[in-house]
Amino acid sequence: MNTINFFFGVYPYIALSVFVIGSWIRYDNEQYTWKTDSSQLLSKQNMWIASNLFHVGILSIFAGHFAGLVLPHGLWIALGVSDLQHQWIAIVAGSVFGTMCLIGGAILWLRRMFNPRVRAAGRRMDAFILSWLMLTLVAGLSTLPVSIGHANHGDPGVMLALSGWVQSVLTLQPKPELLTAVEPVFRFHMVLGMTVFLLFPFTRLVHILTAPLSYVGRAYQIVRSKRRIKATASA
Amino acid sequence: MKIRAQFAMVFNLDKCIGCHTCSVTCKNVWSNRKGIEYAWFNNVESKPGIGYPKNWENQEKWKGGWEKVNGKLELKAGGKVKKIVQIFANPNMPEIDDYYEPFTYDYARLHNAPLSEAAPTARPVSQITGEKMDKITWGPNWEDDLAGEFAARSQDANFANMQKEMYKQFENTFHLYLPRICNHCINPACVASCPSGAMYKREEDGIVLADQDRCRGWRMCISGCPYKKVFFNWESSKAEKCIGCYPRVESGLPTVCSESCVGRIRYNGIVLYDADKLLDAASTDNEQDLYKAHLDLFVDPYDPAIIAQALKDGVPQSWIDAAQKSPIYKMAVEWKIAFPLHPEFRTLPMIWYVPPLSPVQSQIDQKNLPTESDGVIPKAEAMRLPVQYLANLLTAGKTEYITTALNRLLAMRSYMRSIHVEGTPDLGPLNRAGITEQIAKDMYRYLAIANYEDRFVVPTAHEEIRLDDYHGFQGQNGFTFGADVSKGHGTFALFPERRTQSPEPREPAPLARPRD
Repeated sequence: MNTINFFFGVYPYIALSVFVIGSWIRYDNEQYTWKTDSSQLLSKQNMWIASNLFHVGILSIFAGHFAGLVLPHGLWIALGVSDLQHQWIAIVAGSVFGTMCLIGGAILWLRRMFNPRVRAAGRRMDAFILSWLMLTLVAGLSTLPVSIGHANHGDPGVMLALSGWVQSVLTLQPKPELLTAVEPVFRFHMVLGMTVFLLFPFTRLVHILTAPLSYVGRAYQIVRSKRRIKATASA
Repeated sequence: MKIRAQFAMVFNLDKCIGCHTCSVTCKNVWSNRKGIEYAWFNNVESKPGIGYPKNWENQEKWKGGWEKVNGKLELKAGGKVKKIVQIFANPNMPEIDDYYEPFTYDYARLHNAPLSEAAPTARPVSQITGEKMDKITWGPNWEDDLAGEFAARSQDANFANMQKEMYKQFENTFHLYLPRICNHCINPACVASCPSGAMYKREEDGIVLADQDRCRGWRMCISGCPYKKVFFNWESSKAEKCIGCYPRVESGLPTVCSESCVGRIRYNGIVLYDADKLLDAASTDNEQDLYKAHLDLFVDPYDPAIIAQALKDGVPQSWIDAAQKSPIYKMAVEWKIAFPLHPEFRTLPMIWYVPPLSPVQSQIDQKNLPTESDGVIPKAEAMRLPVQYLANLLTAGKTEYITTALNRLLAMRSYMRSIHVEGTPDLGPLNRAGITEQIAKDMYRYLAIANYEDRFVVPTAHEEIRLDDYHGFQGQNGFTFGADVSKGHGTFALFPERRTQSPEPREPAPLARPRD
């Protein structure tokens, strides 16, 4: 098995399995550790701009990857988005949100590394995962010139190969051979990105899975009753 | 109507001497762990002063509590959607320096320093970074006994609508102690602010708690609480707060701050209230009417209709008995001498305060101030503490209620003085203050004598409403093979965590007499 076969035929499944099973085990067994690990109390300076840029950027990038790579190709065609238009949307959105994430993330990274209080209160894993995300982001941003080059030549081939590969993996028919012709910078970014999923359950990133969206539909006050526990238990 | 029982307290500020025994016992029992060294579930502030954390009463700055928006009750920091939008960086979050940087001292240095001309010093050490600190510039009680200049103290939000420059002069200086804990509000803003639903109010006794497993550290409760009594544990990244000493209260004991109070200023008891009316009460238009609306929420524990409804709503008979003997009900409802702290925050707080008296005795002796007929006990308006200041603290600025309460406290003294000094009871002051002889005697018993069993009427919890086999947990608490008390990192963990103690000097101080 050569490296491409391993990293794009086997590794995605290792990463996804650890992501799903690991998060599940942690959610079941270690609720107490499931948290944002916010350090805003210790240093608020620049947090508003940095944290918002970083979070909005990274969530939009995730949504963009999902829309562009996971949603079926036919859907975009049906919506009247040609492959080349698709690629340009991806390039523009990727540049905008990638830059937001880069600026916000850089401030957060500097804060995490050099603010004495944040550094003292943070765990080694906090610094590691933030560095890893930033590395993945920079690798992702450095694919932009390559993509722009392809788009200028009217060639969406690489983009189609990438989304074809993602869908082959998700439909359990991995086709790592699709990526042999793709520039190495894409493959580098993809390995880093898959590793984020692998690391996910062991880091503070798990807080994404409990984003409190249900709060919007909730009543303000919460009253817990001991009687209700007994009623459920005896029912 | 839906009757609920609420564990409540009254603090008699007239007797608080600012000794901080409550704060210290509380800290020793509940909050001397890493990450909340800076958090005082109970603290005692010197007022006037900006308090702890700095300027906590200024809701234009912190946006805590509730407000009326277009006739509807809404969180002052904004509704649910706004909270979600602001979740990446809470703009109203206090910083650690708004409390203070927790510190200890390098005590070992005093033992280990080499011989030198000057005495060695124990330098302060930050409990966050473990680094030496150059200078401590703020602490948990930096303004103790009016320390510091008036300019800083005058930022106190309670000076609103007062000519505060007057109180800069030494002759006009006034001072009171304000012990503060979580108010275990009936309409808690922290619970409403919590996006994960980790904060909750207990149905049985109304104690407000933060579920440590459910809390994700979104930190909206920290800024949502207008009293700034929910704290962010920076080590665990979870919200922590006063737990109303619920393990003690469930066993029929007073809270540890109340039990240890040397001045006997704290009263624990049950009040019954109508939960169906709470939203209307909190939504009262004029904030000066909130105190009255809050008072109207409480129901008469002697009324047979109320008792029947309470039993139907699951309040045990023993709790109804306790509500009838409740010192809180007597002081707040029957005598109207206790008031909620900052009712204008609209959270319906349940720690109430008896306003302090502050006679200027030398002026009275020189006959410069108006007094009761006895010529000794002064009038409410002629105290050192401005009534307006107390009103800003306790009744959203409405002075009538405070004056009435102070006059009752004074009338009781005048009446008791007439008995003990003159030998003949003088009912004049009582009639003028609108209280009966019996009430005056009861007030004397509860406020002056303050026996343990009068101060603390705490019914035990009814565990049988929770579990069929309520001996099921016997001998098991704190010992488990599961994760229910897990810190998430044991010695066996795949990803072991670092130390959990506060940074203390590593080196042990040598023994006084070395053992051989």
